[in-house]
Amino acid sequence: MPAVSKGDGMRGLAVFISDIRNCKSKEAEVKRINKELANIRSKFKGDKALDGYSKKKYVCKLLFIFLLGHDIDFGHMEAVNLLSSNKYTEKQIGYLFISVLVNSNSDLIRLINNAIKNDLASRNPTFMNLALHCIANVGSREMAEAFASEIPRILVAGDSMDSVKQSAALCLLRLNRTSPDLVPMEEWTARVVHLLNDQHLGVVTAATSLIITLAQKSPDDFKTSVSLAVTRLSRIVTSASIDLQDYTYYFVAAPWLSVKLLRLLQCYPPPEDTALRSRLTECLETILNKAQEPPKSKKVQHSNARNAVLLEAIALIIHHDSEPTLLVRACNQLGQFLQHRETNLRYLALESMCTLASSEFSHEAVKTHIETVISALKTERDVSVRQRAVDLLYAMCDRSNARQIVAEMLGYLETADYSIREEIVLKVAILAEKYAVDYTWYVDTILNLIRIAGDHVSEEVWYRVIQIVINRDDVQGYAAKTVFEALQAPACHENLVKVGGYILGEFGNLIAGDPRSSPLVQFNLLHSKFHLCSVPTRALLLSAYIKFINLFPEVKATIQDVLRSDSQLRNADVELQQRAVEYLRLSCIASADILATVLEEMPPFPERESSILAKLKKKKGSGKLPENVNGNAELHAEEPAAANKASPPPPTEVLALNPTPPAAAHSLLVDVFSDLSAPTAVAEDHLSRFVCKNNGVLYESQLLQVGLKSEYRQNLGRIYVFYGNKTSSSFLSFSSWVSSSDVLKTQLNVHAKAVEPVIEGGAQVQQVLNIECVTDFSDVPVLNVQFRYAGTLQNIEVKLPVMLNKFFQPTEMTSQDFFQRWKQLGAPQQEVQKIFKAQHPMETDAAKAKLLGFGVALLEGVDPNPANFVGAGIIHSKSAQVGCLLRLEPNTHAQMYRLTLRTSRDSVSQRLCQLLSEQF
Amino acid sequence: MIGGLFIYNHKGEVLISRVYRDDIGRNAVDAFRVNVIHARQQVRSPVTNIARTSFFHVKRSNIWLAAVTKQNVNAAMVFEFLYKMCDVMTAYFGKISEENIKNNFVLIYELLDEILDFGYPQNSETGALKTFITQQGIKGQFQTKEEQSQITSQVTGQIGWRREGIKYRRNELFLDVLESVNLLMSPQGQVLSAHVSGRVVMKSYLSGMPECKFGMNDKIVIDKQGKGGATDDAAKSGKQSIAIDDCTFHQCVRLSKFDSERSISFIPPDGEYELMRYRTTKDIILPFRVIPLVREVGRTKLEVKVVIKSNFKPSLLAQKIEVRIPTPLNTSGVQVICMKGKAKYKASENAIVWKIKRMAGMKESQISAEIELLPTNDKKKWARPPISMNFEVPFAPSGLKVRYLKVFESKLNYSDHDVIKWVRYIGRSGIYETRC
Repeated sequence: MPAVSKGDGMRGLAVFISDIRNCKSKEAEVKRINKELANIRSKFKGDKALDGYSKKKYVCKLLFIFLLGHDIDFGHMEAVNLLSSNKYTEKQIGYLFISVLVNSNSDLIRLINNAIKNDLASRNPTFMNLALHCIANVGSREMAEAFASEIPRILVAGDSMDSVKQSAALCLLRLNRTSPDLVPMEEWTARVVHLLNDQHLGVVTAATSLIITLAQKSPDDFKTSVSLAVTRLSRIVTSASIDLQDYTYYFVAAPWLSVKLLRLLQCYPPPEDTALRSRLTECLETILNKAQEPPKSKKVQHSNARNAVLLEAIALIIHHDSEPTLLVRACNQLGQFLQHRETNLRYLALESMCTLASSEFSHEAVKTHIETVISALKTERDVSVRQRAVDLLYAMCDRSNARQIVAEMLGYLETADYSIREEIVLKVAILAEKYAVDYTWYVDTILNLIRIAGDHVSEEVWYRVIQIVINRDDVQGYAAKTVFEALQAPACHENLVKVGGYILGEFGNLIAGDPRSSPLVQFNLLHSKFHLCSVPTRALLLSAYIKFINLFPEVKATIQDVLRSDSQLRNADVELQQRAVEYLRLSCIASADILATVLEEMPPFPERESSILAKLKKKKGSGKLPENVNGNAELHAEEPAAANKASPPPPTEVLALNPTPPAAAHSLLVDVFSDLSAPTAVAEDHLSRFVCKNNGVLYESQLLQVGLKSEYRQNLGRIYVFYGNKTSSSFLSFSSWVSSSDVLKTQLNVHAKAVEPVIEGGAQVQQVLNIECVTDFSDVPVLNVQFRYAGTLQNIEVKLPVMLNKFFQPTEMTSQDFFQRWKQLGAPQQEVQKIFKAQHPMETDAAKAKLLGFGVALLEGVDPNPANFVGAGIIHSKSAQVGCLLRLEPNTHAQMYRLTLRTSRDSVSQRLCQLLSEQF
Repeated sequence: MIGGLFIYNHKGEVLISRVYRDDIGRNAVDAFRVNVIHARQQVRSPVTNIARTSFFHVKRSNIWLAAVTKQNVNAAMVFEFLYKMCDVMTAYFGKISEENIKNNFVLIYELLDEILDFGYPQNSETGALKTFITQQGIKGQFQTKEEQSQITSQVTGQIGWRREGIKYRRNELFLDVLESVNLLMSPQGQVLSAHVSGRVVMKSYLSGMPECKFGMNDKIVIDKQGKGGATDDAAKSGKQSIAIDDCTFHQCVRLSKFDSERSISFIPPDGEYELMRYRTTKDIILPFRVIPLVREVGRTKLEVKVVIKSNFKPSLLAQKIEVRIPTPLNTSGVQVICMKGKAKYKASENAIVWKIKRMAGMKESQISAEIELLPTNDKKKWARPPISMNFEVPFAPSGLKVRYLKVFESKLNYSDHDVIKWVRYIGRSGIYETRC
């Protein structure tokens, strides 16, 4: 083929590239490129038409220049021209240029699409392939729009070549990934599934990739693929390797296809059909058997391919989780890999075992490998493998081996890599809590944890230990003794000081009998750490001191001296200063009884899910841990419960010193940590403003603004609530819901849509509340808002202005009608009359506006006295409609009003009268 | 103070590495290469801060010289030193190139040891250095004890730049005033910015230890004399005096005397050196005026006409004139017609280059070109870079004149009149641009 090789050579291009490569400096390169660009421009500009060869050459050069990082702003037209050439090489370069340099230039896109269309219709397989590759490479929305309907047809057409089908399947996969909405698959589903039966293994491989993606989106449509996949898999697995010729890779039959089929099967539960099921089991057994055979080749590719299939099969076994024998065999197989000298294999084995451990069938089998895993933890050189070992230990832990595992993890923690320390700390804390039979062991473990890796112990961990100590009477004395001993170490971590301060403050009296830990010794020990600590810890220690005053009156003078010193009373930090001042005053003024009440021992905390677990989950969510690694049967059971909780339990609550704080030190004692105590403000004063108004600001504080916009139609209403973050930092775990009294719940349906859990600083989010009035009501629902700002939990309760009059529908009627109805509603309980003093200036226009806002229609010329107001309306509720007539008689001399209401229901009359009378 | 000095080739390979202080680690060499030489975007700042370490670099052809320090040094001092270093190397082995540096690396290390001590710059006077750092190997056995002690006394003495006992049969003196004029002009001929930076370079071949005094038409000096002396003299020379914005001197000039009397007196080094550097911004004589005319004919054609006018005495001749007219990036063909000189479209530089060998004063010449354009996809408009120009004229565009250079040597028997003096003025273009 001498002619072709000459055509392919493109000597000019080769010379140009070698020139560029030989350039000594950047400047020289730019010069050479400028020269070449000028040359190409003059060639493209030239009057005589270029032949295909030179066009291809120049387009190639432009492509090369573009890939070097220079802008190309011409030549697109020539590239598009190349697309219509009949020579493969020219077409190829044209498509290459388009794939690399295409932009959404409208007129060119049309030309390109046209060329692609022609090629797709050309029946020449190479051209069709080029066109399909181009579509897949560009993969833009425009491409998807133009060809989404065409490609499935090519894919399933009986006369398409195998290679074209292969490309079409992959092209469709790509379009499906980028713009799934544009690719309609419904009508093709059955025929695509049948591609699994295709004779050509390449087509099957490509089709499997496509089906996996589609099946993940709509599993039901592709259910039929399961049986085909199993059949195909069993044919591959049982085949002699000669059958598949091209698709045998280092003695492994079609490894890629096998892996993909196994993945596809993982999208579905185990097949129902027993025959199919046994066939699949047989396949999996064969794969496991093959792993036992001696390797057929020493090459690494052989073992890689074999292990890939094996691991995928194990993943499927774990996914099905129904065949105990298979699970145990898989576990044994992985156990062998645990000692393999290949690091990657050990990693994969550990990872798969983590998921295996969560299965009830194989949990015990996994546990037999504990020694190997522990030794892996100690000896592995790669930190990621060690991390997997930690995960696996966590997953295989249960009551029987918890002590051993926790001890090993603690031991490892001292030498652990910094990147995984925090996670190990959390895991140790959780395991210790979960499997603690005896709480002294738990306290020891956590204190050890703080000692070894104090920096990595998050707040949640030590909050938790305090919660548990307070809730368990039996360990309090032991805990006090242990922390006292731990604090005696010359250098101890700040977290230990916190725990120590808190526990001694609460239970120091339990060990005060021992002269070695007399009150003064305890106090001096704590105070020796005081100056080395940060402000929050110091604040906590001050609280501990005031508790000491209560517990041990004998050290009162010493502590008062400390509080009185300038470094406390005049501390630059406001929080510390305030605490010192207030505690000092409290200790001076209050009698022993009051002190004892104020500084009472903490009541037990309500039992709740461990906040540590929530933290670990959060870490998992951030992608540090694969989702299924930590699976433990018990853990999984807990997860949904946690998900239901809107937010993790607030850590500040854990530390509240006293549940019933006296007014004197209200904001201080509620909460040891934060100066921003969480106020539960029920804002009511704004409520009456909303009787005659639908929009406005409902609540406003320094942090948050809540605005309302509401609309009502008949018995339905919709309220848009706007939450505006007025600070510059974001609100975390934001949630809001509406609560109603039990009576109100039957009268009014309120449905609140969920809001985003995070509000960025300065941002606003909207929540929609749908309201339905079932029957007349007089209570008001309450809007609860909860969020975390700067580490403190904020709670806000606001009454939601949903009143009966909101469901008013005004009615116009004549004077005659009005009086007729007025008389009909003459029963004494139907009429309500109220005479009250005006609170606002008595202006006619204002009063009119208020009545209109209230919801009634104002009737002119009904009342003989023009100064009086007369109105009518109907209140809509789901159960009934209540007609309503009202009359308001102002008396300007006495500054009084007389309001008369007649409705068909007495409760409605009462409520409306009450609402309206407040407005004047 | 300078912590170390590195020299790299264009690929970023280290040719010379000399570390003076412990605070500069071995990785500093790589940090500069990775962050500056191999940086993705073009490096604009000559000072780069990487991990609290400052790198000051200059580039000579393809060679990077980088001084590195962790301290807060005077950046101007560091650059002055780097330039001096380049001068010294050029004086020793000619052009600074990778080849030359590789061939002379022993010499360069020797020089670096001498001119920088613990990061503090020392004597960098080429003449003085050449007396004791030689390229001919060790001359110890040829040098007498006397000569050695003389070098010591000179290097450590008060006048480190000149050795004693120099004798010439003919006492000669060459004075060059070299100026480069920079200009940016609007298309309408309005001067947007202009300044002249000049140097006075001297070559002295004088015997003994002569005391020299240099005088020029500095406005302050002339005005002062005018006040003291005859008024008509001041009026006559007032027009010719120039206002110097700022100037720097060679270390041999007695600065105290300049500060008090504004007279420039010094004992010159032997051979060639730069006596002073100065800058002026007022009353600059612009040697050429460029008048551009650009017309766009449709989307695919551009017509350019450029006229240059020389603006100096007809008796003088400008040389090496080169006008560079930028062309748009989508130029596909150029036709040029010019009356004088040669013009050519250089595609690699995206410009039409018009060269004229010689041109007398008060003349004008023109070029016209037709540029064909290729229609492009993007609508970006051509930025129209300015037309730049290069030339050389035999006068000082700042108007500086040398009034006198007196030589006094009391010990030897020659006087000011016996010295042969030559003065030459050369004005070159710096960045001389006209917008079009």
